[in-house]
Amino acid sequence: MNRIRRVLGRRCIHSRRSRLLASLALAALTLLAFASGASADFFSPESGGSPNADSIDSLYWFVMAVAIVVFLGVEGALFYSLIKFKARKGAVPAQIRGNTRLEIGWTVGAALILVLLSIMTFSKLGDIRNPPNSSANGLKLAAGPSQRLPDNGKALNICVNGQQYIWRYTYTQDCTNAPLDAPFSYQQMVAPVNTTVTLTINAQDVAHSWWIPKLGGKFDAIPGYTNYTWFKISGKLAGKTFTGQCAELCGRNHANMTAQVRAVTPSQYEQFIQTRKTQLKAANAAAAVSRKQLQAQSGTP
Amino acid sequence: MAATTEQVLTPVPQVTASAVVAQPTGWTSWVTTTDHKRIGIMYMVLTFVFFMLGGVEALLMRLQLSQANNTLLDPKTYNELFTMHGTTMIFLFVVPFMAGLGNYLVPLMIGARDMAFPKLNALSFWLLAAGGVVFYTSVFFNPPECGWTCYSPLSSRDYSPNSGVDAWIYLIHLTGISSLVGAVNFYATIANMRAKGMGWGRLPLFVWSILTYSILLIVALPVIAAAVTMLLTDRHFGTHFFEASRGGSPLLWQHLFWFFGHPEVYIMVLPGFGVISEVLPVFSRKPIFGYKAIAASTVLIGFLGFLVWAHHMFSTPSPTIVLVFFMLGSFLIAVPTGVKMFNWIATLWRGTIEFKTPLLFAVGFLATFLIGGITGIFLAVFPVDWQLTDTYFVVAHLHYVLMGGAVFGIFAAIYFWFPKITGRMLSEGLGKTSFWLMMIGFHTTFLIQHSLGLDGMPRRIYEYADVGHLELYNLISTIGSFILAIGILVTVLNVVKSLKTGVVAGPDPWRGNTLEWFTTSPPPVNNFDVVPRVRSVEPMKDIRRQIERQMAPVDDAPAPSTESAVRA
Repeated sequence: MNRIRRVLGRRCIHSRRSRLLASLALAALTLLAFASGASADFFSPESGGSPNADSIDSLYWFVMAVAIVVFLGVEGALFYSLIKFKARKGAVPAQIRGNTRLEIGWTVGAALILVLLSIMTFSKLGDIRNPPNSSANGLKLAAGPSQRLPDNGKALNICVNGQQYIWRYTYTQDCTNAPLDAPFSYQQMVAPVNTTVTLTINAQDVAHSWWIPKLGGKFDAIPGYTNYTWFKISGKLAGKTFTGQCAELCGRNHANMTAQVRAVTPSQYEQFIQTRKTQLKAANAAAAVSRKQLQAQSGTP
Repeated sequence: MAATTEQVLTPVPQVTASAVVAQPTGWTSWVTTTDHKRIGIMYMVLTFVFFMLGGVEALLMRLQLSQANNTLLDPKTYNELFTMHGTTMIFLFVVPFMAGLGNYLVPLMIGARDMAFPKLNALSFWLLAAGGVVFYTSVFFNPPECGWTCYSPLSSRDYSPNSGVDAWIYLIHLTGISSLVGAVNFYATIANMRAKGMGWGRLPLFVWSILTYSILLIVALPVIAAAVTMLLTDRHFGTHFFEASRGGSPLLWQHLFWFFGHPEVYIMVLPGFGVISEVLPVFSRKPIFGYKAIAASTVLIGFLGFLVWAHHMFSTPSPTIVLVFFMLGSFLIAVPTGVKMFNWIATLWRGTIEFKTPLLFAVGFLATFLIGGITGIFLAVFPVDWQLTDTYFVVAHLHYVLMGGAVFGIFAAIYFWFPKITGRMLSEGLGKTSFWLMMIGFHTTFLIQHSLGLDGMPRRIYEYADVGHLELYNLISTIGSFILAIGILVTVLNVVKSLKTGVVAGPDPWRGNTLEWFTTSPPPVNNFDVVPRVRSVEPMKDIRRQIERQMAPVDDAPAPSTESAVRA
């Protein structure tokens, strides 16, 4: 009788274990199917527009690999103990109060994992933080802006200004002394491919955060401070538009403070700047004419 | 000399009628009470009401986000809701609920008659209630819209002209003084009023966590009090602490806020850790594994918690070296947290685990909090954080930490100590139903939110365009949140029902380890007639063993108990 019960018990554990395994496998499969069907960004941040975003993505996957190992190990140990050491008749709990060697072991183990993560982060940091040189077929530049330059000292600078609830871009190398007639645009930035573009980020009213996921991470725009980042879009992506939106709560219309970056070829970029300059000149001239007319009408100089 | 010792050892039958005090009744007795148990109950009931209010706010937000371009709520209302939700959950639920739990349990666990300063204790509760009233009154005028972080300049007079931010400032002040007074009280109580023989090495781990919680509050609260005072004078008295155009600094606000805000996270989860460290050994019938390591890691986490605040500010204009410092600091804090996790699992290892509701919640805590800890590592790597910060990934992470860490701990505590507080057991059936609904609901709501963030959805937006799979993911999350809400309601129902009809618990229904199980359930006004001398971390185990020995028939061969058999 006892033996029968024991055998039955064992079979019961076996079937429970296989059922658990089967359901786990099923869950993993559905998750994978769901993920591949859904989008590539189910498990990792967006990337593919600029090398810094790509480096962040690969760093993320390294952290993810470590995380999966830790997750499976710890949850595995937890669920194993829960199933294995469930109170049964006649079972006696072991009165263990600790194990110094084991405890030192897992403390050091945890610390080593973190050392590994730090090393990996430092090895990727340069690629993410420092802008590379423009490619040979990028926009031809005389000199760069004053901050965070690539090795050859040349980059195209665009000033980004956050305002409730729109982004303004001024196309000039020196943001603090930008000429009044510098070309500008709102919401959609136009940027040349194959060229290192540095961004000088400011805010005019409240704090905002600049973020185009495929072109790298977030950089806060804070009144009174200047933040910097960069991107470099590969030539293959000319004609593509990258989207993003403000990531720091900036008021009621925070949800609608969107941003776009349209990648164009260097020649198209030069053409765009030229067009904006002409439009600006024409608008200024028209404004001067109407100003004169108004002055003539009211009689004040 | 020898003769007198013998006399003392002989048990003398006697009738004890010391300190029989009639319990006053009626609502005035509650309002005027200075009894730590009644204050503790009032704390827990009031904060649970706020928890449900905060929950309703969360459900409204989830309804709004269940569809792309939804027009259920306007942006003003939505911003008010997430501000109210975050502030309520942190300042009016988790932190004061832990204070309530500590209030009820700390004197019982250390064998004291009451808290060190009973009147101060009552003051601390009524200040909390005042803070809640001041804050929620703003619902009838203009609630704040600046999020629970109220970043300047958004919270300045120019951009938030109505009085909502002021209500928020006074909430911080009132609940802050409440917590500060309470923390001083806890510290004095724990330092001075422990039972005979209860050295620091025999302090229950929950009491260790409340001690650390108190010290964190004492250090962190003055900073936020100063910061909100500066905000108040900026708004009304013409100062410019945070106004860049007049030489002030918006970043200063962020630094001051997070210097308080990050320790606040540990203020919320450490007592949850303490609860888990009490519940696991009781239901696996084993001593806690590595008592010293758990106590030490609690204190270490508390200390390191002050060195990581700027990891909330990785995307601000800060030098790389600063980012590196705060990344490494955040890594460092993962070590003592990991040690705790391993010790808890080792406590279950080779035990005889009884799957009662408190244990289920404790295990749910372990399984869930681990995920929050791991996503915390992602966020600590600052280049990765640049992609993840201020998105739904962070929303998911913080709910895994606070819901998984603090709230599951609170529910474990409710199921574990309800018999002590009321004298009646909670229904196991309803408890397990509640647990599974909460567990399924929680993971359905928040696991998918990681992907929402990775897919580019920022936090605190009232609407989103129908691109990619955002709508599907959001809908899943909304469905999950309602399952979670039902799970919480089942516990509420359980509490209300069991107050009247629950099985009578007796003094020690779980065969507990700590002193609160020595007295009756509910305990009398004076807590203990006799406080036993404490000889180990588990005084109740010693007492049970002693009783067993005394009950054993003298002429029989002494039958060893299971506990002593294993020891031998």
